[in-house]
Formats: sequence, structure tokens, C-alpha cells
Amino acid sequence: MAVEQISLSGRKKVVSNKEMTFIEKIYLLTILKGLWITLKHLFRRKVTIKYPEEIREMSPVYRGQHMLMRDDEGRERCTACGLCALSCPAEAITMKAEERKPEEKHLYREEKYASIYEINMLRCIFCGLCEEACPKEAIFLTKSKKIANADYSREDFIFGKDKLVMPLEMAINNTKSNTAN
Amino acid sequence: MKVTIDGQSVEVEPGTTILQAARMIGGESVPPAMCYYSKLKGTGGKCRCCLVEVSKGSEADPRPMPKLMASCVTGCMDGMEVNSKNSDRVTEARKAVTEFLLINHPLDCPVCDQAGECNLQDLSFEHGKPETRFIEEKRTFEPENIGDKIQLHMNRCILCQRCVQVAEQLTDDRVHGVLNRGDHAQISTCVSAAIDNEFSGNMIDVCPVGALTDKTFRFKSRVWFNKPFNAHRECTTPGCCGKTTLWMFGNEIQRVTGRKDQYGEVEDFICNTCRFDKKEVSDWTIEGPKKFDKDSVINQNNYTRKTEKVVINTEENILQGREEDRKKISMAAIPLKNNDSK
Repeated sequence: MAVEQISLSGRKKVVSNKEMTFIEKIYLLTILKGLWITLKHLFRRKVTIKYPEEIREMSPVYRGQHMLMRDDEGRERCTACGLCALSCPAEAITMKAEERKPEEKHLYREEKYASIYEINMLRCIFCGLCEEACPKEAIFLTKSKKIANADYSREDFIFGKDKLVMPLEMAINNTKSNTAN
Repeated sequence: MKVTIDGQSVEVEPGTTILQAARMIGGESVPPAMCYYSKLKGTGGKCRCCLVEVSKGSEADPRPMPKLMASCVTGCMDGMEVNSKNSDRVTEARKAVTEFLLINHPLDCPVCDQAGECNLQDLSFEHGKPETRFIEEKRTFEPENIGDKIQLHMNRCILCQRCVQVAEQLTDDRVHGVLNRGDHAQISTCVSAAIDNEFSGNMIDVCPVGALTDKTFRFKSRVWFNKPFNAHRECTTPGCCGKTTLWMFGNEIQRVTGRKDQYGEVEDFICNTCRFDKKEVSDWTIEGPKKFDKDSVINQNNYTRKTEKVVINTEENILQGREEDRKKISMAAIPLKNNDSK
């Protein structure tokens, strides 16, 4: 037997070029068969949801968009140690450190802070290793049900500090609720 | 003279210390050293990290030494038997020493520029405890400015006094040393004079922790994001070898250091001109990427290995196999003749 005809999987079929009969040529039976399948599926349970209006229930260990936290006094916790970028398997995180000036003590917790902190959301795989590596409890993956909004250009998916740092009002509210307890 | 360390024997010259003999053997039995520096005279005996157990003093006097010995200052004797990695006493003692060194050392590795190439990090990774038992306030000092090239963080200092030896042996007149005693001891420039000697920058390389760091590199990058290259230049400063390691980020030289070996010691000292002023690629002749231990953090995200280009010839080969294999598989004829031996 020629090598071309050997079928190791047993599923190899030789295509036949058989001429169709008259009944097969008018396709009526095959169309009805197909319509019957369509009709059956009309009454089945739907597997899709109408996404923006309906949102699927999230898993309890679900990880959403990152947030750079502030501490009780509203200062940024991140000190640009680079461990999140080091641990990131997708190499999505870049940062640039700067030294804190004496008049900026109310803004940053440590002597050094991240002047640029960027996460490329197109590269990010939401594995949460950055959160695990962070020694300052600065980066967290939130349960905000947000991953990254749809957009047109690639640059829009590189999230800087403007999108990542916790809003100040949220920090104030957190501190208030913490002191109340 | 024959010395046996962890069951491995080595022939050494008289006057060799146990630590040097262990480094000749290499591997896991080399004791860690925070204060000893082979390129500087008079270092060693201060940190007690390199404690070893001498189970047999010498051939003439085979009694074991009652206490653990600091291997960097204990000379070898003929027939001496030493336990380093093998001994539980030594492991326990090194754990205790590490804990003592960390008592006053701040936990600011995320901020520190030395992180990633810090001897104390390596030591505590191997011998340290994950938690602290120290509840008191840590010793702190007022920040002090010792010039625009070198940054002094006295809080991080472990008082190994390597930098004092550099100042004494490489520079003409020593302007800094140890002030005060005991818990208050600190390294300082005695007259707060800026260090402007041509070789003062070497105290950055010698410092085992982040107490003395390069101010021109301060907070620029983390060491593992830089790509280290060996490079050299014709240096006109007398005494400077001009052989360095460049720490590059893209095409930018962010930092220049001496070439360090596997124990974190520089091969030769370099001058301040090479270290601080020559930050252009055109100043240097780059020899090639610097190699590090396999598990060093500096190897992270480095793709310097040569990768072979893979060419896949699918269709024909998958379907029919290689020409020479096809013959064997289909076995057109019985390969062995009757009179061939099997």
C-alpha cells in the first residue's frame, strides 16, 4: 500500500466525486433537514447573555482591574521597588522611580515613589502575581467587575497612574469607615 | 599543608585562612562573609558570619577547638579538620549572627538601591528567620550628606568597616572612620569633609549592604532591570585598571561598577572618573554581557542567550518521513542477507 493511503488514526477518508441524483440536486430534502435543526434550537435554553445589560455572576476568587492603594493618611503606598514588574509573567508593568521631595511628604509614604507606573492591559493576564509580590500592599486586583473598557487605539490600553491610583474620595471614605469601627 | 573542610581535602600554603581554603574548594561549604574582603588587608573578624567548627585542631594536636572559630581570621594548620555546612552548631550560630545583624537593619529593601546585589539579603535568605523577635525601636541616625557622589545611609550600616579599610589603603589621607562606641558606633567623615579622593568611590563596591550607594544612580532603576556588560577604557589615572561592569538600560549607561566575582568582591579597584563621569557609550569598549549565577535575580528578563532559528518543513516530511527513514519503514527488501550476522 502506498504511504498516502495509510491511515494510522483510522479516520482518513478518501473523497469521492460521485455524481448526485435528481432528488439530491433539487436540495429540498436537505433544506428541510437543516430548517428542522434550526427549529429545534429555537426552543432550547440560551447559552449566551446580552452582555452590557446583563453581567454574568463572578467567581469569588475573580480578579479585576488593578488599583494602586493609598494608606490611612491618603498617601500612595507604592515605592517603585519593581517586584511587581519582576514577577509579571506577561511583562506588562513598567515604572520609573523618583525621590520624594520634603514638601511632598503628605503625598507619598516612602522616600521613593513611582513617578510613572504603567500597566499594559493588552498584555496583562490578570494572574495576580503582582499583588502577591508587592511588599508594601500597594497594588491590588479589585473586584470592580472591570477588566478594561473597549477602545480604539493601543495607547488607550496602557493605563497610567491617572487610571490606577485609588481616587482620593475613596481613600477618605475608607479612613472614615475604619476609624468608625 | 592539608586541610579537610566538610570532608573535602585541599593542599594550602602556610598562612592561608580557613575561609580562603574553603574558597579554593568552592561550593556550599564556603562560609558567608560580610566583613572579610580578600582585596583589602586587615578586614575580617568583625561580623562573625563565617563561623566554622574545627573538629580537629591539627596533626600535632588533634583536640577540637572548644568554640566556633571565625574562619576569615583563623589560619590553617596541617591536618586540620573543619565542619562548615555539615555542622548543626555552625548553622545555628550563623542563624543567631544573622538575627543580630538584622536587629538594627531597617526593612527598606524596596527602597534600597543595593537590593538584588546585597550580601545581607543573600545571608538572610539562607540563614535568616522569616519573622523578627525584636520589639524595641531600631537604632536611627540623622541623615548626613557626605558629598554629591556617594550617598550614606547610616541606618543600614552593619559596621563591617570595609569602607574604612578602603579609605585607609587606597586613598592618601583617610577622612572617615568609626565614631563613638557600641550601639552608638557610626561611620562618618570625621570633619564632615566631602570625600574628593580619586578612589573614594570604591567604598560603594565594598559595602556589603546599601549604606554606601552611588548617588548618580540613586533611584534610577532596580539592579535587575539593568543589563550588565563588561567593558574597559584606557584610564589615565594611576592605579586604575579601567576594567568595569556597565549597567545599561537600553543605550543609556546608568551605573558603572568594578567587576565583581562570585563572592561580591571586585577584581580590581577603579577610579572615580571611570565610575561617575564616563556615562557615554562612546567612552567604553564593550566586551560582552556579564555572566551571573544561574539563580541570580539579575538574570531576570535577560534574553542574551543565542537562539537557533528553527525551520520547519511540514508537508512532505510529515506525510512521508525523511528519505532515509522511508526506506527503513517500508522495508522494500529484507535488510539482512542470510549470511549476515544478526
